[in-house]
Amino acid sequence: MESEQLFHRGYYRNSYNSITSASSDEELLDGAGVIMDFQTSEDDNLLDGDTVVGTHYTMTNGGSINSSTHLLDLLDEPIPGVGTYDDFHTIDWVREKCKDRERHRRINSKKKESAWEMTKSLYDAWSGWLVVTLTGLASGALAGLIDIAADWMTDLKEGICLSALWYNHEQCCWGSNETTFEERDKCPQWKTWAELIIGQAEGPGSYIMNYIMYIFWALSFAFLAVSLVKVFAPYACGSGIPEIKTILSGFIIRGYLGKWTLMIKTITLVLAVASGLSLGKEGPLVHVACCCGNIFSYLFPKYSTNEAKKREVLSAASAAGVSVAFGAPIGGVLFSLEEVSYYFPLKTLWRSFFAALVAAFVLRSINPFGNSRLVLFYVEYHTPWYLFELFPFILLGVFGGLWGAFFIRANIAWCRRRKSTKFGKFPVLEVIIVAAITAVIAFPNPYTRLNTSELIKELFTDCGPLESSSLCDYRNDMNASKIVDDIPDRPAGIGVYSAIWQLCLALIFKIIMTVFTFGIKVPSGLFIPSMAIGAIAGRIVGIAVEQLAYYHHDWFIFREWCEVGADCITPGLYAMVGAAACLGGVTRMTVSLVVIVFELTGGLEYIVPLMAAVMTSKWVGDAFGREGIYEAHIRLNGYPFLDAKEEFTHTTLAADVMRPRRNDPPLAVLTQDNMTVDDIENMINETSYNGFPVIMSKESQRLVGFALRRDLTIAIESARKKQEGIVGSSRVCFAQHTPSLPAESPRPLKLRSILDMSPFTVTDHTPMEIVVDIFRKLGLRQCLVTHNGRLLGIITKKDILRHMAQTANQDPASIMFN
Amino acid sequence: MKLLSLVAVVGCLLVPAAQANKVRESSEDIRCKCICPPYRNINGHIYNQNVSQKDCNCLHVVEPMPVPGHDMEAYCLLCECRYEERSTTTIKVIIVIYLSVVGALLLYMAFLMLVDPLIRKPDAYTEQLHNEEENEDARSVAATAASLGGPRANTVLERVEGAQQRWKLQVQEQRKTVFDRHKMLS
Repeated sequence: MESEQLFHRGYYRNSYNSITSASSDEELLDGAGVIMDFQTSEDDNLLDGDTVVGTHYTMTNGGSINSSTHLLDLLDEPIPGVGTYDDFHTIDWVREKCKDRERHRRINSKKKESAWEMTKSLYDAWSGWLVVTLTGLASGALAGLIDIAADWMTDLKEGICLSALWYNHEQCCWGSNETTFEERDKCPQWKTWAELIIGQAEGPGSYIMNYIMYIFWALSFAFLAVSLVKVFAPYACGSGIPEIKTILSGFIIRGYLGKWTLMIKTITLVLAVASGLSLGKEGPLVHVACCCGNIFSYLFPKYSTNEAKKREVLSAASAAGVSVAFGAPIGGVLFSLEEVSYYFPLKTLWRSFFAALVAAFVLRSINPFGNSRLVLFYVEYHTPWYLFELFPFILLGVFGGLWGAFFIRANIAWCRRRKSTKFGKFPVLEVIIVAAITAVIAFPNPYTRLNTSELIKELFTDCGPLESSSLCDYRNDMNASKIVDDIPDRPAGIGVYSAIWQLCLALIFKIIMTVFTFGIKVPSGLFIPSMAIGAIAGRIVGIAVEQLAYYHHDWFIFREWCEVGADCITPGLYAMVGAAACLGGVTRMTVSLVVIVFELTGGLEYIVPLMAAVMTSKWVGDAFGREGIYEAHIRLNGYPFLDAKEEFTHTTLAADVMRPRRNDPPLAVLTQDNMTVDDIENMINETSYNGFPVIMSKESQRLVGFALRRDLTIAIESARKKQEGIVGSSRVCFAQHTPSLPAESPRPLKLRSILDMSPFTVTDHTPMEIVVDIFRKLGLRQCLVTHNGRLLGIITKKDILRHMAQTANQDPASIMFN
Repeated sequence: MKLLSLVAVVGCLLVPAAQANKVRESSEDIRCKCICPPYRNINGHIYNQNVSQKDCNCLHVVEPMPVPGHDMEAYCLLCECRYEERSTTTIKVIIVIYLSVVGALLLYMAFLMLVDPLIRKPDAYTEQLHNEEENEDARSVAATAASLGGPRANTVLERVEGAQQRWKLQVQEQRKTVFDRHKMLS
C-alpha cells in the first residue's frame, strides 16, 4: 500500500513533468488543470463513485455487437471516473449524446417491470422541467434581490432616509406630501450627507461635502467589490457571456458556474453597480442564471453526469437570465438562441421559454420597482413616426455601427495591454483608479450622476405637460388650448440647450470610460452603458430634428407630414432607436435585440425603425470587423471556440492540417493486444496527447478505435488497485477476446470498455471545408485521417482553430486551450 | 442534503414575496399619485393619497380642488392619475439579508487574511514541505485523504477542515489563472 502510494506519486509527478516540458502542440494546460480534476471539487461529485451511469460507456453504434459487449461489460465492473473530463478540455458531444441515449433506453426497458421503475421513468422524463423551473425561480429571486439592493446602495451615495434606513430616495419620498411639481424628489425625510454632516442643505459647502461623500462611497463600494472577488471567487469578474458561450460550445471550466462564484457575483454586482462605474448588470445576470442552472442540474443524475444534457439546461438558464434583466422573456429566448447557445434543438427552445416565463413571473411577484413593471424604463407612447424620419434613424444606425467598431477595437487593445504588460499586475488599484475617475467626473454633470437606468428612462420619456425636467423646458405658447397628448412641436427654451450641452459631455465621458471599464476585475456588463450612449445620441438627434421641423416647417420634407401645430417629432423615439443601434453595433445581435427593445418599451409601432437602425448598424459594424464584442473577447483569451457563423472558404485538404506533419515523429498509437501496461504508461508519460488511436497491428495499421488519455490513466490505476495480478508486464487487451498467452505470464488487463469503437474518420483527400463542417455540426474533438483504409494521422479541434487562424492571417499561437 | 439546503435558500427568498402579497393592504404600501400640470395661473402640483384602485381618479384624490366647480372637469382632464403599490416588507427583508451576507463575508475575509495565518504558524514546517511540492499540494491532500480510508477521524470538524482546505486550493488556482497568468477573463 505504502509503495503503491509512492508509485502513484511518482507516476503523477512524471506525467505532470512531461506535461510541462513537452513541446508538442497538444499539451494540456500547465498542470493546473491536471491537478485540479483529481480532487473531488465542490461542484463535481463524479469521482465519488456514487454515479455509475456515466461509466458504462460502450460506444457501439447499436447493432449486433451491442448485446455481447454488454454481457462482457457486466462481468467487468464499471470503472468510476471513466467518461469524465479534465478541466479546460473540450467534451465529446457524440459520446455524451450516446451515453444519454443508452441511459434512456435502459430506463425505458425497465419501465414495465414494476411500479417503482415506472415512477423512476416518469421522474426521469420530468426532471428536465423540474430543473428548469427551479432555475427560473432562483434566477427571478436573485434578480429581484439584485435590483432592490442595487437601487438602495446607489442612493446611499447621496444620502440616507432617516425614517427608515432601508428605503432608497424614491421610496423615502413615496408617501410624503411635500414634493412639488418642479422638484419631485425633495422631501424632508431624505437627508443628503451634507445635511447630516455639516447641517447645511444648500450652498457651496454642502456641494463640496456631497461631492466628497459621493467619491468616498463610490471608492469604498468598488474596493469592497474587487476585494471580495479577489479573495473568494476570482472567476466572478467580467461579464461572463464570452465564457458561457465557450462552455456551451463544449468547453469545461470547473468552478466557473459554482456556488461561490454565484454568491460572490451576486453580491459584488450590486456593489459594482452602486459605485457608479460605467457598467450594467445584464451580462452578469446571465452568468448568475447559468450558475443556478448548473447547481440545480447537479441534483438530478440525468444532468449531473452528462455534459451535453447539462448544456441544454444552461441554454435555458441564460434565457431566464436575459428575461429578468430586461423584463423580456421572448427576447431572452431569442438571445439564448442567437448569442449564447451553440446547439439549440427544439426541446431547448421550449425549456428556455418555460424558464424565461417562470423567472419573469417570480420577478414580477417580488415587484422590485413598485409599479408592476419588470424594468425601470417602460414607456408607453404611441405617437406615429413618419417616412422621412427613416433618414435620421439610419444615421443613428450608422453611428451605432461606428461606435460599436470603435469600442470593440479600443476595448480589445486595452484588454490586450492589460493581459500582457505590467498594467495587469495591479487589478485592485486599477479598479480603484477607474472608480475614482468615474466618480470625480460624473458628479458635476447631473446626467452622469444619475443611475444609468434612470438616465435611459428619462431620455426615453417624451416631453409632455407633466414633465418638468430641464430637458423638457420648451417655450410654451400659453394661449393654445391644452390637450394632454398632442403637444405641438415647440421651440426649445434655454433649459433644453443647456441640457443638450450636458448630454454631449456625458456622451463623450461615457464613451471613453466604458472602454476602460468593461473587463476590469468586478462583474461588469455592457448592455446598459451601450444603450445609454445610444439614447443620449438619439435624443440629441431627435431634438435637433424637432427644432429643424419647427423652424423650417416650409421645407419640402416637413411640409408633407408635419403641419404647423401638430405633434410631429418624438425625440424619445429617437433615443430608443439610438439605444438599439448602439447595442446592435457592439454585440451584432439582430432579431433578439429588436424583440428585447420592443418588449422593454412596449412600442410595437416602432418595429420598422428599430429594425432599420439595427440592420444598418450591423452592416456598418461588419464593414470594420466581423466579430461582436463577445467573439472578440473569446479570441483574445484564446478559448477553443469554433464559431458557427464564420465560413471557411479555403481549398486546403485534410492531409495539410493533420498531424503528424512531415517532420514530426510518427503518430503515437496503441496496438490492440501487443502492449503491456508499462508500455502504455511510458507512452502516456512521454507524450502529452489527449488520446491515442488503437490499431490492429503495426504492419496493417487498421483502425480499431480511439482511447482517451484520461480514461486510460484512470482505468490502469483502478485496475492496479482493484484487480489482482496486474503488474507492469501484464498485457493490455483492447480486443474482445484475449489472445492466448503462455501459462506463467501475468493476468491480462481488458480495457475494451473504455475504448471508443466508432471514431470518426475522413480520408486524407477530404477538403477542409467539409472537415470543419463535420466538427461544427457534430461537435467532435478529434477526427482520424485514413489513407487507403490505413490510419495516417489525426486532426484535433485545436488544429482546426490554428489552421483557421493561420488562413485568416491571425496568430495561430494564440489558441491557448485544448 | 444539498437539495434541502438549496430549497431552503430559494424558499427564504420567496417567502418575503409571498408575505408581501398578503400584507398588501397596509396603508403605507399603496397610493394614488395624481400629477397636475400648470393651468392658467395655478402652479403644477402633485397629489398623493392612500386610496384603493377603484377610487384612484382625479375627483377623489385632488383635494383641495384648486379650481371652482365648473372648471373642475377641464382641470381634471389635464391631470394624470396612477395607482402604485410597493411592498415595504420585501424591501426591508432583502436589504437586511444583503447586508448580513456582506457583513458575514467581510468577517470571513478578515479571518482568512489576518487570523488564519496566525493560527497556522505552528504548522510552519509542514507548510514549508507543502510549499516545496507546491504542484503536488492538491494531490497530496487528495492522496492522503483517500489513503487514510477507514480509520479517518470523520468528525464534522475534520470534514469541514478538509473541505475548507480544498476550497482554498481551488480559489488559489483560480486566482492564479485569472489574476496572475491572465489566462482567462482577460
